[in-house]
Amino acid sequence: MRADLEIIDEWVKPGSRVLDLGCGEGELLQHLMLNKAVTGYGLEINPGNITACLEKGVSVIEKNIDDGLATLRDNSFDTVIMTQALQVMERPDLIVDEMLRIGKECIVTFPNFGHWRARGYLAFRGKMPVSKFLPYTWYNTPNIHFCTFKDFERLCVQRNIYIQDRTVVDHSHRDHWWTRLWPNMLGEIAIYRITR
Amino acid sequence: MSHEFPADSVGLVQPQTLHFDQPLALACGRTLNCYDLVIETYGTLNADRSNAILICHALSGHHHVAGYHTADDKKPGWWDSAIGPGKPIDTNKFFVIGLNNLGGCHGSTGPGSTNPDTGKPYGPDFPIVTVQDWVNSQVRLADHFGIDQWAAIVGGSLGGMQALQWSIDFPERLRHCLVIASAPKLSAQNIAFNEVARQAISRDIEFHDGHYYGEDTVPRTGLMLARMLGHITYLSADGMREKFGRELRSGNLSFDFTPQFEVESYLRYQGERFSTEFDANTYLLMTKALDYYDPAAEYGDCLATAVAQTRCKFFVAAFTTDWRFAPERSREIVDALIDAGKKVSYAEIAADHGHDAFLIPIPRYMEVFRAYMTQVDADVPALTTGEGN
Repeated sequence: MRADLEIIDEWVKPGSRVLDLGCGEGELLQHLMLNKAVTGYGLEINPGNITACLEKGVSVIEKNIDDGLATLRDNSFDTVIMTQALQVMERPDLIVDEMLRIGKECIVTFPNFGHWRARGYLAFRGKMPVSKFLPYTWYNTPNIHFCTFKDFERLCVQRNIYIQDRTVVDHSHRDHWWTRLWPNMLGEIAIYRITR
Repeated sequence: MSHEFPADSVGLVQPQTLHFDQPLALACGRTLNCYDLVIETYGTLNADRSNAILICHALSGHHHVAGYHTADDKKPGWWDSAIGPGKPIDTNKFFVIGLNNLGGCHGSTGPGSTNPDTGKPYGPDFPIVTVQDWVNSQVRLADHFGIDQWAAIVGGSLGGMQALQWSIDFPERLRHCLVIASAPKLSAQNIAFNEVARQAISRDIEFHDGHYYGEDTVPRTGLMLARMLGHITYLSADGMREKFGRELRSGNLSFDFTPQFEVESYLRYQGERFSTEFDANTYLLMTKALDYYDPAAEYGDCLATAVAQTRCKFFVAAFTTDWRFAPERSREIVDALIDAGKKVSYAEIAADHGHDAFLIPIPRYMEVFRAYMTQVDADVPALTTGEGN
């Protein structure tokens, strides 16, 4: 299993009701269903991913999250998760608000645009960073709202969002002493647990 | 047997008629003391009777769902695209039952059947049947086969409404419910279309207040108009543009009222064909069953409350250009099921075929259908050994 999913797994309570926004092929939900006896749904827009979820028996709803989540009731889920999708949303701030409305607790992961490699790429080459981890060019990237850990944490302060936990890892989702030392420079992915 | 059927076809099939003697109380307050249901089955029922799938038909459907009646049949059953060996509803794995609903005109007891009390056809005196009545009659069908729990109940459009009603009224008796291109109730616009169709039929001079069986005539014009109207609503504007455009049959305008545009002659052909195959009283009944359907009505108009007691898993699918049963309507079902904490998956398939899409083997539709059916298969319990001997 993906390393970030293992970290998320520790934060999800057994038997809880989970909503996974942008659930991909449903690995996380399937893992949580088997190991934590959770119930819940994945929201997904990619047809191939939806088929993969159906084959796994993961409940998946075809939906463009940017269209809004208004039909989901307040506090109707224990945990709302969004892994590596915040940066593709039209309005990440509104999505985070919606997640916190629907879920009692939220888990968000996103790539850190403040990582030294991204900073170095832009500083020395003068071009938008392209890497194996973030392989798109500026004009075709689905990642339209990059942010750094600092940016996200500032949003949390402005919106009165409480950060319960934060784990910063490298692109293979490994936790190192140096990522803890200087996360916004050395961490590639952050996994936040937030509430309001 | 000179004719070769496709390898993924169920091949030659034969309908059978089941007679039921136990009176069936209907929602309208009347009772059918006895009735026939005509059915077809495909595949083999396993020893535990746990691999059965019920197919519920839509407005003009019937029991002939898949396969061919004769070697010379040009067309297979109405949902042959989805049912057969290796198809989404795989007859190598499942035992599939299709039926003609009560009130139908393909062999099940309906307006054209003889009323045992009068010795004459029921005609307009046939009771108005509802989706709930149909489900109750289908329960008898399950009992007849000793099927305690369906592996799945599947339906499109009006058929999806029956599947949904099953899940509400008999939660223990199905493991999966597949609701395709359907709605939790009709909109005013939908009822309006149905009413125009009914008026076209009942105002046909040949209708004779529904007693046309004795008059040696049928309200062909009315049925044709009803079907032409219905057909327009089953297609999308884009689909019609693509299929017909403004193509002229002869290439020139003839400055008279004969059909000149391809779309005109297509509609006339469809309407005329339908008017020779379908019964007018049945059409009235089926549209009324659609109009009356509203499972939430008994639960304070809250669909989430209505589905609260369901036990099965759900698969809901809709098609982007379907405006008669639009995706928004399917999403109402999905939202209610999520609200009630039920297991549900939903696919919204891009297709320009309008409502008709649910009968067409669109690749992505077949893909999600097949993917979901793998779970239906996985949920068939392992056979109990030594059963029966």
